[in-house]
Amino acid sequence: MTGLIRDIYNQVFEFVRTFGAFQLFFLRLVRHSPRMLVRRPGLVIKQVYNTGALSLVIIMVCGFFVGGVLGLQGYANLARFNAEDSVGTVVAMALIKELGPVITALLFAGRAGTALSSEIGLMKATDQLSAMEMMAVNPVRRVLVPRFLGGVIAMPFLVAIFTCIGLFGAHVVAIDLLSVDVGAFWQQMQSTVDPKDIREGILKSFVFGVVASLLAVWEGYNAVPTAEGVGRATTRTVVITAIAVLILDFMITAAML
Amino acid sequence: MQQTRSVEIGTGLFVLLGMSALFFLTTQTTGGDNFSADKTYQVTAFFENVGSLKSRAPVAMSGVTIGRVNSVTFDGDTLQAKVVFEIDSKYDSIPDDSDASILTAGLLGSQYIGLQAGGSEDYLQDGSEIFFVQDAIVLENLIGKFLVGGGSGDKE
Repeated sequence: MTGLIRDIYNQVFEFVRTFGAFQLFFLRLVRHSPRMLVRRPGLVIKQVYNTGALSLVIIMVCGFFVGGVLGLQGYANLARFNAEDSVGTVVAMALIKELGPVITALLFAGRAGTALSSEIGLMKATDQLSAMEMMAVNPVRRVLVPRFLGGVIAMPFLVAIFTCIGLFGAHVVAIDLLSVDVGAFWQQMQSTVDPKDIREGILKSFVFGVVASLLAVWEGYNAVPTAEGVGRATTRTVVITAIAVLILDFMITAAML
Repeated sequence: MQQTRSVEIGTGLFVLLGMSALFFLTTQTTGGDNFSADKTYQVTAFFENVGSLKSRAPVAMSGVTIGRVNSVTFDGDTLQAKVVFEIDSKYDSIPDDSDASILTAGLLGSQYIGLQAGGSEDYLQDGSEIFFVQDAIVLENLIGKFLVGGGSGDKE
């Protein structure tokens, strides 16, 4: 019985300790960020390319079909109230405020987050990070900060592209396939969507960008330096990012209402 | 060197694409009707009830947007809602006995001001007031009237 209580105590203690270490890690990255951005912009640009530009294909394809299916579902359900013209509003609101940032963050975790954590984990497993320390190069600054910054910079752009392509997909489905009136589609959307909604979407995309890149870098850096450990770190990146993004999404939405 | 160049070009294209997407979102999905005029003149109208009319709501004549609501305030002297709206100066020959009504776009749409031309020889100009107004239809009042009216005949 006492053993059980001690186990639970240790688990909770360990969780709190990891959480605290995570915050300190975040602060450490942020502290080094401005300097890296000014001194070594090339490294950051490389990572924007890796996480952003190389994620474009998956983002665009998924965005198109998410927008398209929203158009279909919106049309099918709104048609019951003879309100098919509102399909533009429904799609735009859903994409701008929720689905754009959330789905992009999940795809980002799957496409770029896993790449980041496995890359860093493997660097650690093959002692590249220790080698850098031997050469008096700070691996946090040289390896982690550019990857973190690359993700943070790329994410808002990815969300914006996802949302635009989604609207385009909804446009194709609603207007070309289901013959909703093109004027009503855009006019109703424009009269309902407020700049505030777009600000909310941008805020979310920025927060998710920080969280997704931070978790990927953290998991990679703390991976057990074995083949199995790197694999496990990659899995944990996706799982934890998904949970964190969805919880944060709820909290931001509740705060912005 | 060649590889760095292609990375730079890829990143540049990506950021440009992202910025144009942001630009598209902020300009094309919001903004309501596309009313923009260099010169406008202001007209005032008093309503008993404005419903849910907001500032920036369109002012339409024959269904075409010709202006926009500037402010909706409560006037303490007349105990009415004071609506100030501006109309594009292009339309300077609107009779001053035109009437303004608060209408709803569609069943659930937002509210706007609809102007209906009168027959006067004088035209609306900056600072004029519209005297013929029709309030917003408040659904609750209608239902209330209907219920009370129906209830009075009830013998119970």
